[in-house]
Amino acid sequence: MRVLTFALALAAPLVLAEPSARHVEEIHVRDFHTKGIVKREAVAQDGILRICTITNDRPPAALAQVLEADQLKTIPFPAGSLMGDWKRGENIAQSGRGMTWTDPAGTPNGGSCYNCHQLAAKEISFGTLGPTLLAFGKKRGSGADVQKYVYGKIYNAKAYNACSQMPRLGWSGTLTEQQIRDLVAYLLDPASPVNQ
Amino acid sequence: MSGPMKMRATLAAGYTDVRVLMTHPMTTAQSNQPLHFIQSVTVKQNGRTVVEAQISQAVSRNPVFTFRLKGGAKGDKIEVSWLDNKGESNKIEASVA
Amino acid sequence: MRLLVSLVCALPLAAFAQDAKKEIEKYQQMLGEGSPAELWEVQGEELWKKPQGPKKASLERCDLGLGPGKVAGAYARLPRYFKDTDKVQDLESRLVTCMTELQGRSPKEATQRVFGNADRPAEMEYLVAYIVGQSRGHKMAVPNSHPKERAAYELGKKVFFYRAGTWDFSCASCHGETDKRIRMQDLPVLSEREGAQKAYTTWPAYRVSNSQLKTMQWRINDCYRQMRYPEPEFASEATIALTHFMAVTANGAPYRGPGTKR
Repeated sequence: MRVLTFALALAAPLVLAEPSARHVEEIHVRDFHTKGIVKREAVAQDGILRICTITNDRPPAALAQVLEADQLKTIPFPAGSLMGDWKRGENIAQSGRGMTWTDPAGTPNGGSCYNCHQLAAKEISFGTLGPTLLAFGKKRGSGADVQKYVYGKIYNAKAYNACSQMPRLGWSGTLTEQQIRDLVAYLLDPASPVNQ
Repeated sequence: MSGPMKMRATLAAGYTDVRVLMTHPMTTAQSNQPLHFIQSVTVKQNGRTVVEAQISQAVSRNPVFTFRLKGGAKGDKIEVSWLDNKGESNKIEASVA
Repeated sequence: MRLLVSLVCALPLAAFAQDAKKEIEKYQQMLGEGSPAELWEVQGEELWKKPQGPKKASLERCDLGLGPGKVAGAYARLPRYFKDTDKVQDLESRLVTCMTELQGRSPKEATQRVFGNADRPAEMEYLVAYIVGQSRGHKMAVPNSHPKERAAYELGKKVFFYRAGTWDFSCASCHGETDKRIRMQDLPVLSEREGAQKAYTTWPAYRVSNSQLKTMQWRINDCYRQMRYPEPEFASEATIALTHFMAVTANGAPYRGPGTKR
């Protein structure tokens, strides 16, 4: 009993100094406000983000699998071919428009892909936050399986990596079904600059 | 007379380094507002004109100009003045450190 | 002839990107040697001394942590706990306190227009430039001993790693790993000493592309905008805690601001 009290006494200052996850969320909801098209509610966490935050983006493998399976269920895979127009896809990949509080409602959003990824060799202005996607289709082909993976990954990246830093571009309402198809083509079409 | 100017003139090996900061909107034909930009900058060393620059709309707002004047000595009086397309002007004087 | 042209045009992209990085560094060095930010400092000093508000008083008795009117080195010791307001405050919230207490201005009026634009900078931006300029060369020594300072530090750390918003981002999503960049903009790791020291000591800054002096509250505000979050309240507990966390992490380095950025 004495050991337990002692251990608790040692732990107490550490516990008190660190704010609880719920307290942190409450502070966010209190200190942020709706502006433009972005609602205050966006600063509250859904279940998966709460878990990712608490586990420093490294949840235990078993838990990650459950979370990923859940996220996979949210993806409405279209019927038929998932390949759109790579020329439109390139514009979507280059565009960083949309979803901020200064963006007007109703304007087409971009995918901001080049912010984080290398894609076509000719474009040197690319970020390195995500892996390079150079020659993506050349390396993996453009069969139905690969198309499905790419579509799913763009719609909801967390279905494949629970705490991915990549936004859930379809699920969040950023990109339309057609836009994601066009990005699939940009990555997989042999004629796309990504695969030259 | 508009916003402040700031100038630093320091003696280096064989030349005087002059840095001038100017406050000016430098509104160009690219904007919807009336043109308002610096057209000329004059530099005087101990009262004698040493630089007369014709500035155009290509220069950005709040320009920073750096010059190197041949020779010079500590205590030299450097004066930099500008004149814009509206006839407004400003000037600043400093001694070479 | 055509063969020669195509050989010349086939520059290795890696070399091209490296040249771009060198040019960017050269540009940044040039900016550091003579910056319009100094013009904001001059005007800020005038505003600091200008009698304003119902009490027709200047800000010259404002206590920024080192005693009334003591400005030299004050920014290098902010944010910090203040007894009179019983909370941790950053520079901007402290200036608002002084505007209301010393000058008798209403909090609403003092915070009405804290972010200006190129045609009309905000009073806050001039004042901030002046105060931070007076800490140029001073070693960062942000206090972290009072219980409320420690609480702000811990909260700030949690805010840094908190994942939310339409795109699931935390500050760490971009500023969490070394040698990463977004497009061509290098991203310092702000939660660790080296990155925090590099970044924190050159903000607030004059942004050449905007022709404006941008404050720390603005920098945090615009980060959240790009993160697809809703807007944070000006000088809210969350933003001050975040600032305190980064500032303490930057301790030991000489403050070099105000900076000049792209």
